[in-house]
Amino acid sequence: MIDVSDVYKSFGQNHVLKGVNLKVQDGKSMVIIGASGQGKSVILKCLLGLTKPNSGKILLNGVDPNSAQKNIILSKVGMLFQGGALFDSLPIWQNVAFRYLHGKQKINASEARKIAIEKLERVGLKKSFADNFPSELSGGMQKRVALARAIASQPEIIFFDEPTTGLDPIMAQVINDLIRELVVELGVTAVTITHDIQSVRSIADEVALLHDGIIQWSGLLNQLDKSKNKYLKQFIAGSTVGPIETLR
Amino acid sequence: MIGFTAQTGRIFLTFCSFIGELIIFCIRVFANILIPPFFMRAFFSSVVQIGWLSLPVVGITSFFTGGALALQIYAGGARFNAEEVVPSIVAIGMVRELGPVLGGLMVAARVASSIAAEIGTMKVTEQIDALTTLSTDPIKYLVVPRLVAAILTVPLLVGVGDSIGILGGYVIGVTRLEFNNTIYLINSINYLELWDILSGIIKGAVFGSIIALMGCFFGIRCEKGARGVGQATKSAVVSASVLILAANYFLTEAFFSS
Repeated sequence: MIDVSDVYKSFGQNHVLKGVNLKVQDGKSMVIIGASGQGKSVILKCLLGLTKPNSGKILLNGVDPNSAQKNIILSKVGMLFQGGALFDSLPIWQNVAFRYLHGKQKINASEARKIAIEKLERVGLKKSFADNFPSELSGGMQKRVALARAIASQPEIIFFDEPTTGLDPIMAQVINDLIRELVVELGVTAVTITHDIQSVRSIADEVALLHDGIIQWSGLLNQLDKSKNKYLKQFIAGSTVGPIETLR
Repeated sequence: MIGFTAQTGRIFLTFCSFIGELIIFCIRVFANILIPPFFMRAFFSSVVQIGWLSLPVVGITSFFTGGALALQIYAGGARFNAEEVVPSIVAIGMVRELGPVLGGLMVAARVASSIAAEIGTMKVTEQIDALTTLSTDPIKYLVVPRLVAAILTVPLLVGVGDSIGILGGYVIGVTRLEFNNTIYLINSINYLELWDILSGIIKGAVFGSIIALMGCFFGIRCEKGARGVGQATKSAVVSASVLILAANYFLTEAFFSS
């Protein structure tokens, strides 16, 4: 379970998170939506222990990701970064099997390669791509590799940061469907941040809208279109008129 | 007046914060050198990048510097009939000062910039965050292998540079200045002491650590965008070069002041 209680985070005078509260039950897929610059990436970095909140409490399966036990919980976490964040200097299979080639989960290289190829095939990539370098793949393929890396070590929790950014609508839907399949198949707890409503409808069990540093609305996916929340209605409609200020 | 004081204070505080950040970074890096896991593949790759691939630039620079040094000492020595000191002064000058300093500066230009650009790009493309989420400490994976490789290979580069520099002096001495080749060689070797060579090698190790630390430090604190990477690269080369020259003075003072 993911439990976020009253989390505040500021960068100088810029107060990004102003008391975020969020709970994600085991095996559920939560999608956090919100306009650009509202702190979606910051909350994700706090969840991963990459940024320390000024105050508040974050627990991933009962462990604080900013504590000394950080590595214990990170070994059970998968993360899909917005740009893929694949390591340029390593071939695809070593990117996917990174955990198995280094550190505590280290196994021999041929075993690691076998797992990497298995995961690549699971996300629809052929074995022949295993020895390519990330720069030799298209954006959509890189996203698939990043997805393969995120699921490689059988995580209990997976985070997805803008999984469809920069992809064409068809490839975006392919990635959305893959994410949904994997979340159901692996039974993991998932948190996705996005501003793509199509992704929300494909991936989410539950949705939360982050605006002005707090969660303005949260609920089940089937409540999304019925909600009277004015922030949510404006966001779904993509309207320039409403409580979410727009620069024109 | 208040504005000026505030501005000066702000600059001073920023500088203090920067120094503090650098000291904490260095402590973290050196504290991690002997603690497993060790990333041997990253280490050997760094040995090739820092040591092997820097050989041509260090060799060519040293050869021409040795030649120019021979010409200068010959011209200067001729003013008081001391042309015969050319071989020994070239050898001592290369081994004690020019070999380590020029080698260090050339490696700083080539390696500190490349380390800062590579790590900086990794930072802005979230690869460093990805390392952390894969339970791998970026300091251990990115910094320690480069630091150890630089500490081990830069002294070797200095040794090779010293030899090629002396060879440059020899070639010019024999072909342009009409020295007898046997006498030139004997004079080069006879006046050279073991400590001359060792001091240069120690300087090489210190300069190697400066190069790797500056490259990694500015790469890791790189700010977003192409401008951030450019700034990190520039800062790494400038600071490594300045620190090498400053460290060279203090090491020379420590080794030879008596």
